[in-house]
Amino acid sequence: MFQPVPNPSTRPEPPKFGDQDLIRRSASTVTPPAQRQTEVAKLIDVSKCIGCKACQSACIEWNDTHPEIGINTGVYDNPHDLTPDMFTLMRFSEWENPETNNLEWLIRKDGCMHCEDPGCLKACPAPGAIVQYSNGIVDFVHENCIGCGYCIKGCPFNIPRISKVDHTAYKCTLCSDRLAVGQGPACAKACPTQAIVFGTKEEMKQHAEGRITDLKSRGFANAGLYDPPGVGGTHVMYVLHHADKPEIYADLPNNPRISPIVEAWKGVTKYAGLAVIGIAAATGFMHYLVSGPNRVSEADEEAAEKLTGEERRP
Amino acid sequence: MNMELSRRQFLGAAGAGVAGTALGAFGFGEIEAAHAEAIRAFKLVNTTETRNTCPYCSVACGIIMYSKGDLKKGEKAEITHIEGDTDHPTNRGTLCPKGAALLDFVKAETRLKYPMIRKPGSDKFERIAWNDALDRIVRLMKDDRDANFVQKNNDGVTVNRWTTTGFLAASATTNETAFATYKVVRSAGMLVFDNQARV
Amino acid sequence: MTNSWTDIKNTDLVVIMGGNAAEAHPCGFKWVTEAKANRGARLIVVDPRFTRSASVADVYAPIRQGSDIAFLLGVINYCIQNDKVHWDYVKAFTNATYIVKDGFEYKDGLFSGYDETKRDYDKSSWEYVIGEDGYAQVDDTLTNPRCVWNLLKTHVSIYTPEMVERICGTPRDKFLKVAEMISECSSPIKTMTSMYALGWTQHSKGSQNIRSMAMLQLILGNIGVRGGGMNALRGHSNIQGLTDVGLMSNLLPGYLTLPTEKEVDFDSYMSTRAFKPLRPNQMSYWQNYKKFFVSVLKSMWGSAATPENHFAYDWLPKLDVPGYDVLRAFELMNQGKMTGYMCQGFNPLLAAPNRTKLTASLSKLKFLVTMDPLDTETARFWENHGEFNDVDPSQIQTEVIQLPSTCFAEDEGSLTNSGRWLQWHWPGGTPPGEAKTDNWIMAQIHIRLKELYRKEGGVFPDPIVNLDWAYADPAEPSAEELAKELNGKAYATLYDPTDPTKVVVEAGKRVPSFAALRDDGSTSCGCWIYSGCFNENGNNMARRDTSDPDETGAYSKWAFSWPVNRRILYNRASADLNGKAWDPSRKLIEWDGQKWSGYDVPDIAPTAKPSEVGPFIMNPEGVSRLFVRGMMRDGPFPAHYEPFESPVTNLVAPNVRGNPAARVFKGDFEQFAEPASEEFPYAATSYRLTEHFHYWTKHVWVNAVLQPEFFVEISEELASEKGIVKGGWVRVWSKRGSIRAKAVVTKRIKPLMCDGKAVHVVGIPLHWGFTGAAKKGFGPNSLTPFVGDANIETPEYKAFLVNIEPVAGPVA
Repeated sequence: MFQPVPNPSTRPEPPKFGDQDLIRRSASTVTPPAQRQTEVAKLIDVSKCIGCKACQSACIEWNDTHPEIGINTGVYDNPHDLTPDMFTLMRFSEWENPETNNLEWLIRKDGCMHCEDPGCLKACPAPGAIVQYSNGIVDFVHENCIGCGYCIKGCPFNIPRISKVDHTAYKCTLCSDRLAVGQGPACAKACPTQAIVFGTKEEMKQHAEGRITDLKSRGFANAGLYDPPGVGGTHVMYVLHHADKPEIYADLPNNPRISPIVEAWKGVTKYAGLAVIGIAAATGFMHYLVSGPNRVSEADEEAAEKLTGEERRP
Repeated sequence: MNMELSRRQFLGAAGAGVAGTALGAFGFGEIEAAHAEAIRAFKLVNTTETRNTCPYCSVACGIIMYSKGDLKKGEKAEITHIEGDTDHPTNRGTLCPKGAALLDFVKAETRLKYPMIRKPGSDKFERIAWNDALDRIVRLMKDDRDANFVQKNNDGVTVNRWTTTGFLAASATTNETAFATYKVVRSAGMLVFDNQARV
Repeated sequence: MTNSWTDIKNTDLVVIMGGNAAEAHPCGFKWVTEAKANRGARLIVVDPRFTRSASVADVYAPIRQGSDIAFLLGVINYCIQNDKVHWDYVKAFTNATYIVKDGFEYKDGLFSGYDETKRDYDKSSWEYVIGEDGYAQVDDTLTNPRCVWNLLKTHVSIYTPEMVERICGTPRDKFLKVAEMISECSSPIKTMTSMYALGWTQHSKGSQNIRSMAMLQLILGNIGVRGGGMNALRGHSNIQGLTDVGLMSNLLPGYLTLPTEKEVDFDSYMSTRAFKPLRPNQMSYWQNYKKFFVSVLKSMWGSAATPENHFAYDWLPKLDVPGYDVLRAFELMNQGKMTGYMCQGFNPLLAAPNRTKLTASLSKLKFLVTMDPLDTETARFWENHGEFNDVDPSQIQTEVIQLPSTCFAEDEGSLTNSGRWLQWHWPGGTPPGEAKTDNWIMAQIHIRLKELYRKEGGVFPDPIVNLDWAYADPAEPSAEELAKELNGKAYATLYDPTDPTKVVVEAGKRVPSFAALRDDGSTSCGCWIYSGCFNENGNNMARRDTSDPDETGAYSKWAFSWPVNRRILYNRASADLNGKAWDPSRKLIEWDGQKWSGYDVPDIAPTAKPSEVGPFIMNPEGVSRLFVRGMMRDGPFPAHYEPFESPVTNLVAPNVRGNPAARVFKGDFEQFAEPASEEFPYAATSYRLTEHFHYWTKHVWVNAVLQPEFFVEISEELASEKGIVKGGWVRVWSKRGSIRAKAVVTKRIKPLMCDGKAVHVVGIPLHWGFTGAAKKGFGPNSLTPFVGDANIETPEYKAFLVNIEPVAGPVA
């Protein structure tokens, strides 16, 4: 079995990473750290996942969120989508394999992929609202968030969600508070079958190799690792039995990449800060400054559409 | 006490060949860092740990309950978090969606806090003191037992049974409670006695 | 479980049938994924639904609920036909060679001795030929047509792959694939584990479902070995313990049985229990019965249990019927024959079958007492909750007292898991409000009742006033005191029977294990199989040492496993007749010429020679039983019977309805739908979902979020036939009740072709009621029939008939 992380200590400990380890900060520049920390990753082996939702449960408990009790809409997915209170979600797909005629119940844990090249961060107009640490974590800083929602548009995986309570964006933090004390994410700890494991990115790739070999021995010739290069690779990766068809897993993007508009814009304005942000985004930010509440007007929305392109997929 | 929490048991016990994640290798050096503004303070700091097992299914996963306050010191203790016990051979720290949400069972709004009584024909529960509730229960029991206890059957055989009041035993109480319950129920001569093994 | 959760990692093949381990026991299922990942083990799931266990299986085979015996006997037939039998094991370790009496036969679906009016058998012909020497006669050559093996071969021969397909609806190619994979485990170096749960027990022939697989496992030589076994995955955290400690109508602790009224005295009681060996040199462990029995009586009544009063034998209540199980209790209530009912952590209004009958029954009680950490529907059965509990409180005269108890987080003690591990736990939180421990509540009831008898007198107070209750605080016995009682102690100094100068246990000390117990009243022991749990070494249940030499998965120093810390039952059978492991890579215990030793506590006398003493010492034969003699009510072999409510008639015995030996109360039969009923054409089944635990977690916010609302599951085919849409409302009704639910329309349920007829399955999860955080809903028990298994009365929750139609939703 993959070696579990020992039980946490309850004694105060200095954090193992912090602001000095930032490699990116939205709409601002950072001084890159002299030495990059070892990159970490969460590996989600869809072939071992039993769809139990322990990850969702552990996520709610650890992050002290309080999702609404919904209804049944004829499927097992609950809540029905990611929300500001539900950072991860099991998405269930019933797929009949045309080659074997067997039903395959594909269950994918959806949530932030912690892209090496994060579209959310690049699209974010608010200085320091989204940060990336050198270990790979992409985290939201709520104090700095203006709730404009550009991160959603910029995300090739459609992950962040804006809270109606505090009007800021929420998503998986990779349990940065746990990682800071040497623990793994709450979902990975809970996962009964170790379909979710956590470690260094290299370790995760090696572990995935073993899983892929096992899957191939069971007839899944196209088993493979999902670590999409279009976003520079991710710090949350999947082992898929059908890596040639990621879209059958509840529309996992086949070749996710940041919208060319965001890219083009960023190409010019990288780390340049608010002053050189595109006019449209700046309008949105100014709107926030004068109106106070973190609302995004229709005009902002339109601007954002222009900025980040239309829908992300397929 | 055996409940002392070791943090290195399986790391120490695990033999060669186990893919061990070396946490140090995460690149977390020994340099002290200030808490980043985005990173929440670790919420288990300075809590009290107590070892328990999950009360749901029969896998009996090990759990650790984290509390403010320490019962062992005679303090009031409020459980603030529950997580899998990595030292447990079966679950190795993992928990299912029920086990991972145990805190919300402990703190459920519908946890019962006071004895209640519903009188015949009434449409509501009313508070009753423990003392009164227990006295009432044993009065009802004794009246029925005295009226319906069968000492001998029609053949004159001593049977000493009581079948007009029954007892359903739980499925998640301890073995020790089970034995105390067994003694109390059987000594009264009750035969209508079952547990939840079948449902 | 014969084995443990962590032992599953040692297997080569996992068969999940009659259960859904991935959903109901996710963290135990981990060891299946470990076996798959590390040993290349394969997983087979056989289930009417494509479950979350099936989602990670190598092979999934659909089966019509209630036809498991036909499937399993089909696999046994396949193994016999294809010579896939672990012959050395079968010949030496089973009763295959035993010769059966001439009168025994099976014909037209019935075994010899059936009495239709009693719905019961005269089992006298279900027996071996006993020689003049008092031993059972055997034929080691297996040529005698009356030997068990040949009778079995004939008995299973009708269950061909074609017949399995016709009865079970399992496509022939799927069945053959499963049979072939299973049969490969007849090799001494390959093993299979069976993981099952209430998918097998909740049938009117539940016990025989399990026997069928046990027989298959014996034929493959998979009992007693690492990675093998019959692994019952218990549904609740301590239902193993509650059963071990004997909290059932007919039990005493440790699987001793309560006397019946035919056993008029101690001697007549003992005469049917201390089985004499049926083979020369054999150890028959139940010969120690009297030691365990007397020690239990001493734990109950201490110094009041004396040799003169036969250790208070008369104080035990004597049974007039086989058992007062929960079904009989509600039947008696409904007949107005009961006054009071006390429910400790049990919610029968949702957990027992035929809710209409349950409500009527509870309404006839004078009083009901509930003890629970959570609010329950049972405690509020009299309260109107609209369609979810449509009663008129003013018409219900039952007095209800609801007592708040602590939960796991606030109390101390041990729970016994499925793998028989007794694990101690500690309290970590202050109870809410005035909630009290169950120990305190039970003690209060006892001491107050005792006080009333002392004060007022009354009928036969002797067993109450003399109950041994010498706890430090009689108002609340501590968990440790009770655990020590379970372990047992010596009243007088015990000497070694073979060497009277040697002291085994000093007076007043706790016994090291049940081997020290005596039948003369010099020892007490609350539950002999738990003896050793808290001996003079301390609280062994609290042990937390994770060492596991050679990583066998035994974890012998973690907690305490009954009996005597043995981790795998029947482990002697892991070695051959010379005492060498069948599979050297899975060595468990071996014979070194002098004694048995290895990774586990030997399940045999340490010096019992392998060629002389059989491994199954709890049986007087010393071997396991493919033919079970008269020990089961419905037959010495399993046979296919349809559920009492079945969409088809019984193909192999058309005149037999249901299990012919199952108990059916008058009035309940009329409430069964006819076989192949047109009024109720669909085959329903009930089950748990992984997001919830029974009726508890609807009180838990997070779990209510994860699965908020009651639903039923049907195939796309049935949905289109009935005009039901995904997420729409449906009404589902049986001959006993009606419910409303959301519809989940899924490819995971498919119609089964049974003998040319398409059988549609309707899946009905439990978990919803009218208390808690989740949306109000119904339980399947509003629909299910009031009938249980022939042997142990487990309600037939897994196979019944319903109808279904789309309906409008509730008015907002």
